[in-house]
Formats: sequence, structure tokens, C-alpha cells
Amino acid sequence: MSVNALYDYKFEPKDKVENFNGMQLLYVYWPDHLMFCAPFALLVQPDMTFRALIEEILKPATASHPDSAKADFLNAEWLLNDEPFTPDADASLIAQGIDHKSMLTVTTPGLNGMANVGY
Amino acid sequence: MAVKNKKLNLKDKYQYLTRDMAWEPTYQKMEDIYPDERFEGIKIVDWSQWEDPFRLTMDAYWKYQAEKEKKLYAIFDAFAQNNGHQNISDARYVNALKLFLSGVSPLEHAAFQGYSKVGRQFSGAGARVACQMQAIDELRHSQTQQHAMSHYNKHFNGLHDAPHMHDRVWFLSVPKSFFDDARSAGPFEFLTAISFSFEYVLTNLLFVPFMSGAAYNGDMATVTFGFSAQSDEARHMTLGLEVIKFILEQHEDNVPIVQRWIDKWFWRGFRLLSLVSMMMDYMLPNKVMSWSEAWEVYYEQNGGALFKDLERYGIRPPKYQDVANDAKHHLSHQLWTTFYQYSQATNFHTWIPEKEEMDWMSEKYPETFDKYYRPRYEYLAKEAAAGRRFYNNTLPQLCQVCQVPTLFTEMGAPTKLSHRQLVHEGERYHFCSEACCDIFKHEPEKYVQAWLPVHQIYQGNCEGADVETVVQKYYHINIGEDNFEYLGSPDHKHWMSIKGEKPADENQDAA
Repeated sequence: MSVNALYDYKFEPKDKVENFNGMQLLYVYWPDHLMFCAPFALLVQPDMTFRALIEEILKPATASHPDSAKADFLNAEWLLNDEPFTPDADASLIAQGIDHKSMLTVTTPGLNGMANVGY
Repeated sequence: MAVKNKKLNLKDKYQYLTRDMAWEPTYQKMEDIYPDERFEGIKIVDWSQWEDPFRLTMDAYWKYQAEKEKKLYAIFDAFAQNNGHQNISDARYVNALKLFLSGVSPLEHAAFQGYSKVGRQFSGAGARVACQMQAIDELRHSQTQQHAMSHYNKHFNGLHDAPHMHDRVWFLSVPKSFFDDARSAGPFEFLTAISFSFEYVLTNLLFVPFMSGAAYNGDMATVTFGFSAQSDEARHMTLGLEVIKFILEQHEDNVPIVQRWIDKWFWRGFRLLSLVSMMMDYMLPNKVMSWSEAWEVYYEQNGGALFKDLERYGIRPPKYQDVANDAKHHLSHQLWTTFYQYSQATNFHTWIPEKEEMDWMSEKYPETFDKYYRPRYEYLAKEAAAGRRFYNNTLPQLCQVCQVPTLFTEMGAPTKLSHRQLVHEGERYHFCSEACCDIFKHEPEKYVQAWLPVHQIYQGNCEGADVETVVQKYYHINIGEDNFEYLGSPDHKHWMSIKGEKPADENQDAA
């Protein structure tokens, strides 16, 4: 569908990748860990490796959760934009299809948050 | 010639001072004078069928409002002179006012602008007069709310720069974008959005909690504002119902257009009111009723009766109302734990509910609170006691439409986020729910340009790259005064000294 307007109503998307000064947005959702209320919105370098993403960004982001220290994120189960995904730890994000505003979902078997309610 | 009546009777006076002020143009076409009336596809066959909902002339309006103002300001003065802020239930209550002043009062001003605009766009004189009067009401509400709360600004933090914050702070983009969406629509959608969906269907869920909340918590200034606005609100609700019935009676082609607007604006209003849900359950030390009870009375029962009544026009209840009804068991708790973890970036404080409050919630939310939410607070309390008060040090994903963090859960699966995403013209977009995703799909051009606060920070448009700079310099939130945990905050200490008590345990101090 399309907006009903008095004139040709067309505007540039506000969040195109070129507006992020060489960086890109990446969302990471860790299901069953609702202590973090929503997926993380992260600013990342497209050419950083997946390993660097885990070590330098995801681990500090999740550190305050008791499950974080136990989590083996590199060998966890991943989805990229809701499709099954096997990360290559030493390839860059962009080379393995993790593009601007992609969302990664990581499930860590055996770690299901606190109080049996995915907190 | 003898004059029959020197004084006009009310009916004649009303006729002369409203509709008779309009005229049939002879050398310009109606569609050139009112160019915005047709593009939405709404067909109006006969404007004379419009029933004026206000039955009020301008001279009577000024007189009536002036009397109300006089009484209102006398009470504000008395409240200030008697240090009325010392008589509230607890200083935590003031945080509800901070949310109201930065989240709601600017919307009254936006409504003033919106009604002024559509008050020029209808070719029917009755509708123009009704909108112009509501515009003046809304301006008055915006002003009197600020005056009602200005006394608190002398004694508590976080109230000092509400309009500035409304335009910038991450969660205030939720109310702001709601009204921007309505004001950038055509005149009939604006009235369906604000007069009908908001003022008629949902307003009790905003107004009753804040005004009864003020009464229950000893805030006489805000209660008095509430009384002063009540008769205006009643008129606004009448306009909302008249608008919808008039449009639906004019032409059957209007029905599907109006139905889509009702679906959209019910949902957008529901998302906006999620802020009120946490205010009701968590920010009022003396509680009026739970969000769940309010939703049952004001939406499920009253709204149910309304949509039954509208059935004869071919209108059904809003799509996704089942999701909203299910969410009543969870909404306030999910919102409060979100604001708790992002208190470093809010103009109000958050806290862990006290034991009696948690017991009240167990009673009000028997199926959900003890199972899903009490354990969260027990964990957070333990962390805070150990000197590790939890703050989320990352930024959250926001919904492209409602702009709330994508924190909501699936109907029937309260531990699974109801996130949706799609690709539109090569760009990815993310949503909090199926309903917000639907709204986007219908008018993508509107929402691709959304000013999402988190993304704006990352683009470098908010005066800094780190949260501290953004909060202090861009938001004008004073760090260590306006934000963080309530316990140990300057507001808390100030309140303790008013009450002649010692400040709280230093372990629970703000970070």
C-alpha cells in the first residue's frame, strides 16, 4: 500500500547506512534473558570479525547477567534475520551477510535465564 | 418597525453566532477554498446533517472559561502559599508529574495546533466551529497543566525543561511521534485519530489515572486542574462520537477507510498508554486501581458497548484488540522494568516496589505477577543491596512505528518478544508487534523517515557519542539530580528532610 497524500509523498529513509559514518547498525537478541528488555541496538564496523563482535561487544553488553560468563556464544545457535545461520568466527560481519540493520538471535542451550521465566 | 425581541433567544443566538457566520462563495469554488477536504477519499454528501456537539457560542465560552480560570488560579496560589507539595503521599509521586509534564502537556499543545489546522479545512461551518473551540481548550489545558505543576519545579528535580525534552528524549519520542503522525494526516483522519480513538475511546485511561492518582496522593493542584478540564473533556468526547457517526452516515464508501483508521489509532493509542500503565501500577504510592482493572472497565466494557453500537454502520472492534486485552496482565510490569534499567537516561527516578506494593500487585495480577515479575524485582533488589544497582549499558532496539523499545511479548507467550521485521525498498525495518508492522506496510513512506532516538545518537546527531553527553547536553537532564535510582537521590533526601527523617541507607545510594 501507499500513503494517501496531496502531493508526491516521497522521503529518504532516515537510517540509510551512509548516515552512520562508515559504521552499521546491528541488533542482537538473546532469548530467555529478559533482564535486557529488548534486543541490543549496536553500532559496529562492517569489517569486524564475528569473533571480535562476541569478545569486544556482545560479552561486555551481556556481562551483568549471571548467565553471561557461562555462555559459549561462538558455539551457540544463531539466527540471522530469522533464518538459521552458522557464523564464521574469523570472517567479517559483512562478508557473511550481516548487513546494516540485520538482527542476530542467539540461543544458548542450557542457559535459560533466571527464575524459570527467561529473565 | 417594531422589534419583536430585543434579546435573541438561545437557539437564534447560537444559529447567528456559529453557522450563520459562514456563507456560500460565489466567485471562488468550494474545493479551491477547502483543498484538503477530499484527498483522503471521505465522501460528504450534506454538511448540514452535522450536529453541533458543543451548543456553545463564543461569548458564552469566554465567560464560562474565565470563571473556571479564576477559581483554578486561586487554588494554585493557595497551594503554593501553603507549601502544598509537603502534603503529598510520598515524593515518589512527583515522578508521575514529571512524566505527565514532559509526555502529556506538550501533546495538549500539539492538539491545539492540530485542531487549529483542521478548523480551517472543513467546508462545513459546524465542524469548523467545533474544532476551533477545541483548539482553544487544548491551549488552555497545556498552559494550566504547566501552571499546576510549576510549584513542584521549585522543590523537585526533572521538571525544569519539559518542552525541550519532549522534542529530544528517547522515550518522549513515543508521544511526540504519535501526535506528529496524526497532525500530518488529513483532517478526517486527524479527527478519527484524536477526537474519536483517543478522546472518546481511550481518554479515560489517561485522564482518570492521573487525576484520581493526584487526588489519592494529596496533589490538590493537579486535582483542581482535572476538575477545571473535565467539562472540556466531556465536550471533546461528544465531538469524537459525532465525528465518527457523521462520517459513517454520509456515505457507505467511508466505512472501510474509517475502519482502517480505527484499527491504526486504537493500536497507536494503546502503545502510547503503555506509559500510563506503569505510572498507575508503579509511580502512584497510593494506588487508585490497577492498569488491568482500568483496561477492563474503560476499554473492554465501555469500548465493547461502543463498538456494539457502531456495528450497525458496519464497523467492527479494532483489529488486534485481543492482543491488547491479553497484554493487560503484563504491560505495566514490562514497562517499569524497562525504565528501571534505563533510568540513567530519564528525567524521572525509578525504584523497586516496596513489599506492600508487590503484595498489592500479586493480588491484582494473580496469574502473572508472582510467576513472571516478582522474581525479577527480588533479583534486582538483591543486586542493588550488594551495591550493583542494575543499569542496562547498551541502547535498545526501537519499533519503527510506535518508537517504544521492542520489549513487548507475544500473546500467550509472555517470555518471547513479539518482534517483527521486513525489508522495504532494500532497507530493513523492525517492529514491536504485528500491529505496528501492519501500520508500516500500509503507509511505508510515512515511517521510513521516523526520527528514532537511538539511531540518531549513533549517527552523531545528538551532541555526543556517549550516553552521558547525550543525556546532559542534548536532553538537558541533570546527571545525578534528575536521573538514576530514587533511593538516595536528591529528591529522596529532600523529602526525608521535609518529613524530619534521616536519609536512606548509603548502600542504596544512586550510582
